[in-house]
Amino acid sequence: METVELVGKQFELDDDGHLKNQSDWNEEVAKEFAKLEGIEELNDRHWIVINFMRKVYQEKGDAPSIRRLTKESGVDTKELYALFPKGPAKKAAKIAGLPKPKGCI
Amino acid sequence: MKKLVILGAGTAGTMMLNKLHNVLDKNEWQITIVDQHETHYYQPGFLFIPFNIYTCKDVIKPKRDFFPTGVNVINSEIDKIEPKENRVLLKDGQVVGYDQLIIATGAKIKPEETEGLKEELWYKSIFDFYTVEGACALRDFFKNWEGGKLVINITEMPIKCPVAPLEFSFLADWFFTEKGIRDKVDIQFVTPLPGAFTQPKASAILGDFLEKKNIKLKTEFGIARVDAENKKIVSWEEEEIPFDCLVTIPTNMGDDAIERSGMGNEFNFIPTDKQTLKALEYENIFVIGDATDLPSSKAGSVAHFQADILLENFLSVVEGREPNEKFDGHANCFIESGFGKGILIDFNYDTEPLPGKFPLPGVGPFSLLEETKMNHYGKIMFRWMYWNFLIKGLELPIESQMSMAGKRA
Ligand SMILES: Cc1cc2nc3c(=O)[nH]c(=O)nc-3n(C[C@H](O)[C@H](O)[C@H](O)COP(=O)(O)OP(=O)(O)OC[C@H]3O[C@@H](n4cnc5c(N)ncnc54)[C@H](O)[C@@H]3O)c2cc1C
Repeated sequence: METVELVGKQFELDDDGHLKNQSDWNEEVAKEFAKLEGIEELNDRHWIVINFMRKVYQEKGDAPSIRRLTKESGVDTKELYALFPKGPAKKAAKIAGLPKPKGCI
Repeated sequence: MKKLVILGAGTAGTMMLNKLHNVLDKNEWQITIVDQHETHYYQPGFLFIPFNIYTCKDVIKPKRDFFPTGVNVINSEIDKIEPKENRVLLKDGQVVGYDQLIIATGAKIKPEETEGLKEELWYKSIFDFYTVEGACALRDFFKNWEGGKLVINITEMPIKCPVAPLEFSFLADWFFTEKGIRDKVDIQFVTPLPGAFTQPKASAILGDFLEKKNIKLKTEFGIARVDAENKKIVSWEEEEIPFDCLVTIPTNMGDDAIERSGMGNEFNFIPTDKQTLKALEYENIFVIGDATDLPSSKAGSVAHFQADILLENFLSVVEGREPNEKFDGHANCFIESGFGKGILIDFNYDTEPLPGKFPLPGVGPFSLLEETKMNHYGKIMFRWMYWNFLIKGLELPIESQMSMAGKRA
C-alpha cells in the first residue's frame, strides 16, 4: 500500500496515486496535493473546478471529462489547461481527492 | 403483438437482431430495425486500407445479407427518440412506436469539434482513417508521398478502438520500411494521455514497442487547433508540433439523434448501467456498443461480449424478472504491430491488460502483450469471424466474462 505524508499525517493512495479514502480529504489536503502537482497556490478559479468535480462525483460516481468541465463548470478549456497544466481532468480529480476519471479508456 | 425496435444496424444492432430473432416468439413479437445506410462497414478493416493491405471491397457488404427474414427493416435516418411517448421519429416522416427499444447507434468522428481541422488541408495533408472516405484518401496520398513529418494525433478520449492509432503507427513504420523511405519519414505519436495507452502495464509495454520502432511519443498534448498556414498542431498550452501529413483521430461522439433526443451526456453517449446495459433513466430501453457511456473500450469485440449479457437481461425484463446478468467490461483486442506480427490484450473493468497466455480452445494459445505471428493471424481471422459469425449472432469460442487463466498478475 502506497502512502504519502502531508501536513504531518500519513494518507493511503490508490494505484493511480490518488487519495484512497475520500473521507481523508479537506481543503488543506487539497493544497498539499496541488503542491505535489506543481501548483503552488490554489486560487478562486481552481476552487470552482475542484468544487464542480466533487459535486459531479457525488451525483455520478465518476469525475467529469474535460469536455463536461468546459461545458458546465464556467471555466473554458484554455483556462483549465492554464490552471491544471497537462491533464486538467486527471490533475483536478487528484487534488479534489477523487479517483482518476474512468471515462478515458 | 409486442414491438421491439432496434436503432442502428451496425455491429451491435445486427448482432442483437439475429440473436433475438432466434429466440423471440414470432407470434408474440414484431421486430423492427432502423438504419440510414444500406452498406455494412467492417470498421476494423479501415486501418489496413491506407497501406494497401485491404481494399474497399474487403470492408463492405450489403446490410440486407445479415437481416433474417420476417424482420421489418426501415432504411431511414432517425430524427429523434421520444422515450416518454415510447416512439421514434424518423427523418422520412414515419413514427415508430415500441414496447422495448434497443439503441445501437454507435459513435462517429467529429472533426468539426477542433478549430481548423476540417478546413483547407482536409484530405490534402490532414486525414482520418476512421471513415472509409478518410482511409481511401490517405491511401491515395501515401502512394506518391516522398516522406516528411508524419504526425498521428488523438484529439481527446474516449475513442473507438483505443489501440487503432498505435496500430496505425506500427503499420506506417512497416509500410515505409518496405517502400525503402523509412529514413525520410519521421513518425510521431501525439496523445493527450500520460502514456502510449490508457492503462499502466500495457502503456509501458506498448511505449517500448514505439521506441523500438523509432516512433517518437509525445504525451499529455491536448490539441486546441490546427494552424493550417504553418502546418502545425497547437495545444491548449501553446505548444506546437509541425507536420507534413497529419493523421488525426478526431473527437468521437454519439450520433446527433441522441443529442436531439436529449438522452446523451456531453459526448452524446447514453448513460447506461455498466452491468445490466439498461438505460439508466428508462425502464424499457437497453443500450449496446459504442452508443453507451460505459467505461469499457468501444470495440466490436466488446459489443459481442455485451450482446450475450443483453440477450439474457432482455429476456428477463420482458418476462417480468430482474435483469441479473452482469457485464464485466471484458475487452479482447488484437493489436497489429507490423511485419506480419501482432500483440494481444485482454482485460475488463477491474483487471488491466496483463502479460501471459490467452487460451483459446482449438486455436490458441495466443501470447498476451507480446509480439507474435500467431497474434497477427488472430487479427486477420477476426475479419472472417466478424462476417461469418459475429454479426450473425453465432457463438464464438470466447467467454463473455474475462478469465484470469494464463495471465501473470
Ligand atoms: C479504424 C477502426 C478500427 C477498429 N478496429 C477494431 C478492432 O480491431 N477490433 C474491434 O473489436 N473493434 C474495432 N473497431 C471498433 C468497432 O468497429 C466498433 O466498436 C463497432 O463497430 C461498434 O458497433 P456499434 O454497433 O456500436 O456501432 P456501429 O457499428 O458504428 O453502428 C452504428 C449504426 O447506427 C447507424 N446510425 C447511427 N445514427 C443513426 C441515425 N441517426 N439514423 C439512422 N441510423 C443511424 C449507423 O448508420 C450504423 O450503421 C474499430 C473501429 C475503427 C473506426
